Amino acid sequence: MVSVNELRTMYEQMVTARYYEERLQEEYLVGKQPAFDISAGPIPGELHLAAGHESSGAGVCIHLRDDDTVTAPHRPHHIAIAKGVDLKKMTAEIFGRKTGLSKGKGGHMHLFDPDVNFACSGIIAQGCPPAVGAAMAAKKRHTDSVAVAFLGDGAINQGGFFESLNLASVQNLPVVFVIEDNDWAISMPKHRVTDVTDGSQRADGFTMPGERVDSDDAVAVYEAAGRAIARARDGNGPTLLEVQVHRRMGHFMGDAEAYRPESDISHSKRRDSIERLAEDLRAHGVEDDEIDEIRERAHERVDEAIAWAKEQPEPDPSEAYEDVFTNPPAQATTDGGYSDSGSTSDAAADGGEQ
Amino acid sequence: MATESRDVTQATETDRELTMSRAMVEAIAWEMRENDEVFYMGEDVAEYGGIFSSTTGLLDEFGPDRIMDVPISETAFLGAAVGAAQAGMRPIAELMFVDFFGVAMDQIYNNMAKNTYMSGGSFSVPMVLTTAVGGTYNDAGQHSQTLYGTFAHLPGMKVVVPSTAYDAKGLMHSAIRDDDPVVYMFHKRLMGLGWMPSPSGPKTPVPEEDYTIPFGEADIKRHGNDVTVVTLGLHVHRALDAASQLEDDGIDAEVIDLRTLVPLDTETILDSVRKTGKLLVVDEDYQSFGVTGEIIARAAEGALDDLSEVKRLAIPDVPIPYARPLENEVNPSTDKIAAAIRELHE
Repeated sequence: MVSVNELRTMYEQMVTARYYEERLQEEYLVGKQPAFDISAGPIPGELHLAAGHESSGAGVCIHLRDDDTVTAPHRPHHIAIAKGVDLKKMTAEIFGRKTGLSKGKGGHMHLFDPDVNFACSGIIAQGCPPAVGAAMAAKKRHTDSVAVAFLGDGAINQGGFFESLNLASVQNLPVVFVIEDNDWAISMPKHRVTDVTDGSQRADGFTMPGERVDSDDAVAVYEAAGRAIARARDGNGPTLLEVQVHRRMGHFMGDAEAYRPESDISHSKRRDSIERLAEDLRAHGVEDDEIDEIRERAHERVDEAIAWAKEQPEPDPSEAYEDVFTNPPAQATTDGGYSDSGSTSDAAADGGEQ
Repeated sequence: MATESRDVTQATETDRELTMSRAMVEAIAWEMRENDEVFYMGEDVAEYGGIFSSTTGLLDEFGPDRIMDVPISETAFLGAAVGAAQAGMRPIAELMFVDFFGVAMDQIYNNMAKNTYMSGGSFSVPMVLTTAVGGTYNDAGQHSQTLYGTFAHLPGMKVVVPSTAYDAKGLMHSAIRDDDPVVYMFHKRLMGLGWMPSPSGPKTPVPEEDYTIPFGEADIKRHGNDVTVVTLGLHVHRALDAASQLEDDGIDAEVIDLRTLVPLDTETILDSVRKTGKLLVVDEDYQSFGVTGEIIARAAEGALDDLSEVKRLAIPDVPIPYARPLENEVNPSTDKIAAAIRELHE
């Protein structure tokens, strides 16, 4: 059973993630209106926002420890927040700043935080194999760490997903695959590209349990994920989980969603997992004042992170040549393009959120 | 390098000769004894011992958890190696034939090769991807390529190509100890397999103790003053054979074995070219946009004034054919190398 403190934690993570996406949307559009230029403004490039996905990240990651590994796909912010990725450094990364998680070399689809074992792949389903590998490492080292791979419903038709399920199952590895079903694979509705309505049925071919959470109720996600993660931690092998979420924004910023029926968009926005969780809090005796307080604290944290990120310096162009290798070859500067990064930047270490 | 490398000249003199596969296995076993985090996974690497004897005998000593057969799912297990490496282990994952990279390239070049950079150096991927390369035994277009240039072209991977047992052992020690992803490409024809006889060259004396060969140091396998031949893998031996054929005619070729493509030892090439003025590059990969073009470009950038003539021999941009006369036609032979050296000398 979920405790009231766990409800508070999930609520805070969810309102943090929602407000984060809303604020990033605002920042992203700076310099991109009226004519949309994807490379203009303080946040350039693609931006895949996760508003409507929050129940997945919060309901799953609340069961995880720092030593558990998470891999996230191209839409990673809500998962990163729930896993405890440093919000300031993550935001600086999204703004392409020197003190970002990756010193401005990754961007929003490639967030990496070794302190909480969080990594991304921007390629559909390709975070699954590394999660299997982290689980393999945990098993070989006889620890009770687990790994969780998040992926979208569009990713469950990728070979890497199937291969990963089989390898995890045949080796009985402590890994959980979490499908976030937002009903859309970019512009393709799920029913046109995927032969099952319930993605967790994919588990049937791999002798692992599959479970679908048919709503974005964070408590239902919490319970299903709790079972799956406990099963992994206890050495009983992998689980495939699908959780229903809603894509409240386009596939990426700038996606006009011309392909998407208005009724589907309004339906997604009407169902709000965050409001539902607030009701749960009230039902557990948490006063409205405290709920407001949690929300305000979350908003403040996001605003602070964004303000901090925008003050951070951009990387020096010369830094493009650093970090290709952990141990750069000695003579590399004379022929290859890469170089030794020299001393690690203390600014990043000092400036980040503690 | 992850650890201090010893000067190879300090390695004990020995008469003990090993095949290249035995030398590789010896280095792997040594590292596995020293470090519990090292493990080997691939298809048919345990009971079978590796199709090309890359793991012969290791299962008996280390057991199935550390010498691990995996499903024929290259995306899953190469990606799993990335995940285990990011978690701090030191996996060695074998891609049975390099030609199979196509089914798993995303894990190789988007995760293994890039995660260090895209994490701003906060993640390391200390894994070795071992893979069998090369033709000369009529296995046709999907099982005979070297693809040296493909892997060396994409940034973020160190790329190693041994040509002798001595080099194979030292480079394997270096590869496993390195904190970066290393692609270790061993040529099937050099492994010393009973069913695919090697030329005599790759079987060399190998010291019993561990030693490392630093990456980025080419080896001059034959010193000469007339023509520089730059090559790697199997063709080191063909070039050496060609050079000795030409000795009687008074042609003195220098043969440089690159040993590692990334990093590339440009200085050794330039020093040689400054001496000879004539450069032949021999490669078992496709000709265009590959190793031969890169070596010639570096020679031109660094020693253009000293360079009087260049030539290259490589697979002439056709898939590797099956039938003997066809494969022999496209894979640079000792005779063709000798003829090219002779032409450069004239």
